[in-house]
Amino acid sequence: MSDLLAALLGLGPQLADHILLSAAAVALGLGLALPLALWAARSRNVAGVALGFASLVQTIPALALLALFFPILLAARAVFGEGLPTLGFLPAWLALGLYALLPILRNAVTALTHVDAEALEAADGIGMTRWQRLRHVEAPLAAPYVMAGIRTASVWTIGAATLATTIGQRSLGDPIFAGLQTQNWALVLAGCIASASLALVADGLLGLVERGIASRRPMLAWIGAVLALAGLGAAAFAVAQPGSAASREVVKIGAKPFSEQYILAHAIGIMLEDAGYRVEYRDGLGSAVVHEAVTSSAIDISVDYTGTLWTNELGESGNPGREAMFDEIVNWEQRTSGTKVLGRLGFENAYGLAMEREKATFGLFNSIADVAERGQSMTIGGDPEWFERPEWQAVREAYGLRFANQRTFAPTFMYNALKSGEADVISAYTSDGRIAADDLVFLADPLEALPSYDAILLVSPRLADDPELAAALKPLIGAIDVQTMREANLMVDRDEDKRSVDEAARWLLDEIGAQPASTR
Amino acid sequence: MAATPFLAFDQVSKRFGPTLAVDDISLDIARGAFVALVGASGSGKSTLLKTVNRLVEPDAGRVLIDGADVASEPAPLVRRRIGYVFQGVGLFTHRTVGENIAMVPRISGAGRIAEERIGELLDLVELPRDIATRYPEALSGGQRQRVGIARALAGDSHLLLMDEPFGALDPITRARLGERVRALHEELGLTTVMVTHDMAEALLLANRVLVMEAGRIVADETPAALLAGAGGEAAQALVAVPRDQARRLGAAV
Repeated sequence: MSDLLAALLGLGPQLADHILLSAAAVALGLGLALPLALWAARSRNVAGVALGFASLVQTIPALALLALFFPILLAARAVFGEGLPTLGFLPAWLALGLYALLPILRNAVTALTHVDAEALEAADGIGMTRWQRLRHVEAPLAAPYVMAGIRTASVWTIGAATLATTIGQRSLGDPIFAGLQTQNWALVLAGCIASASLALVADGLLGLVERGIASRRPMLAWIGAVLALAGLGAAAFAVAQPGSAASREVVKIGAKPFSEQYILAHAIGIMLEDAGYRVEYRDGLGSAVVHEAVTSSAIDISVDYTGTLWTNELGESGNPGREAMFDEIVNWEQRTSGTKVLGRLGFENAYGLAMEREKATFGLFNSIADVAERGQSMTIGGDPEWFERPEWQAVREAYGLRFANQRTFAPTFMYNALKSGEADVISAYTSDGRIAADDLVFLADPLEALPSYDAILLVSPRLADDPELAAALKPLIGAIDVQTMREANLMVDRDEDKRSVDEAARWLLDEIGAQPASTR
Repeated sequence: MAATPFLAFDQVSKRFGPTLAVDDISLDIARGAFVALVGASGSGKSTLLKTVNRLVEPDAGRVLIDGADVASEPAPLVRRRIGYVFQGVGLFTHRTVGENIAMVPRISGAGRIAEERIGELLDLVELPRDIATRYPEALSGGQRQRVGIARALAGDSHLLLMDEPFGALDPITRARLGERVRALHEELGLTTVMVTHDMAEALLLANRVLVMEAGRIVADETPAALLAGAGGEAAQALVAVPRDQARRLGAAV
């Protein structure tokens, strides 16, 4: 209970950002919907196209819509220049604004096309111009319905805004995503309670405005509006506090959505805070997004893996060997964006194919080649990313792999699938804490189809030449071996005696003798 | 007829799809006349009426008020000088009675009108003045149409167009309101054109009755002449209904 309370109390900044993002998105939706609705009310064709488009947008899962704006904005840089942000507020605002469009548009079009025909005849009959008719008759009669649409849109948007976390916008999704990954249910619950409460409050206040308009009680509408605006003002004030106003000074540490990344991000954060930096975490970024974020200085520090960058960013398919790959990546980052590779952390988090030891021993499966030869009746499980990755293509082609079934699991549940027999082989990470805990073995890769995945530390072009930052992080370079990383990951992932990310990070720093001076 | 008729139709035609609703009508109406347009549903009487305030634009021909073509200036300006009352009333439900009436001068740019003036208009239609602060939903059907008439008079117009104004009212309210309109017509020196399907109403209120059939005017008589048997077959068929009813009522007594 106290965990939950502590988690809730720590959500101030997320709540403020969430409120501002949601309000801005609804405002955008309103700004698009009202002119469209006016046009659509006068033309059946426009109404069809506009409502069709808005409905289509609604059928796209919110998570995908948010993610789609990353490549869209990347392409838009050709027009608007390199300064156009591709992560954070802008894409979240655009995507959620489109999402808010439908309820407002549908209500406004319905209301405007169903305004009492006799009131319209009277308006014309007494000599109103089209504008006067809109202002004095159509708009006021449609207002309660439009308000109802705004209310629906607000509740939807507040819910969907939690997904903005995945594209680097701070929101109440931060604790939800972080909690889901580390199975910290207090965090998940705190995020859910906060966003649901916010939705309820917004619904209540906008409901007051709606009822005030519909029942011609302006006081009621004003009370609702003033309270809603006061909430917005408070959020804006909180965000504009000197604390975050000096955001240029803040080092933003990004993390992909899994425990190891959270632990390393916090370890880095602890080291930097000790060196006098102020840090902010961008947890839960989609892994495709992290590299773009750090090279464009949307975040400042990330931990990535050589094999991932090699195939995804450099577009290479061969495997030049561990050292050559690292050197090439260091050069490439420097050359293309000025991003600095500070060094290797010491361990690899490679993709490998893992099985339960018992099953592997019993079936005499020692290498991937054995599975290719005798494992056609087995089921392979992977995280959502794995089956789309070039590594999977590479290993499949190199060994001629064939499986009876192919199933996708969230990383956290993949190991359970192995245990429950829903999968026989999984794509696992070599640094995963559950490898030792679940007694799994990796299948050998004699053909070296899977590239190496050295964990490396990247620093954004903005801070690439900061010697103090490099010095502060130096104790981490080459210091973390795979056993230590596995153990730290296990602390966070296991079900019993679970530790928080922060505790695991401190344990890790202590283990490698790099804990900051303040706690020494 | 006077040299320049107050209201004139000059070869007006209007077609809706295959139907010729108004078929080449030419007609002069003198200042101060109370004209009833009578005919069955679909005879084109409402369409003809609406060509005056341009709620219907004719396909051919012109409508002239005081010799000026109504098409020569923007429709809203024409309409502001013409009172218009119709069966649906069309009060603005989000506005009070007073605001409904005040809307006419407001949209004409005349600014707000005095409460006294709204009171006078309510007096004219025999409504209590304190009704001004109430909303239309709180009124009876007869009261609503009285407000509709007050609104139509708020622009100081001298021409009043009425399209089945009492069609939705109960008989007692209908008779009272008809008398009130007739009195207002005299008091304010209006020229009134009223569409109705009720020949009895036309005979009692109007001083000139036009009978329409299939887009044409088939009879143009005074009530007295119609009662005396003039106007032809179609007109006499309409006159026969109330006459027959009156005779049967007399016999019953």
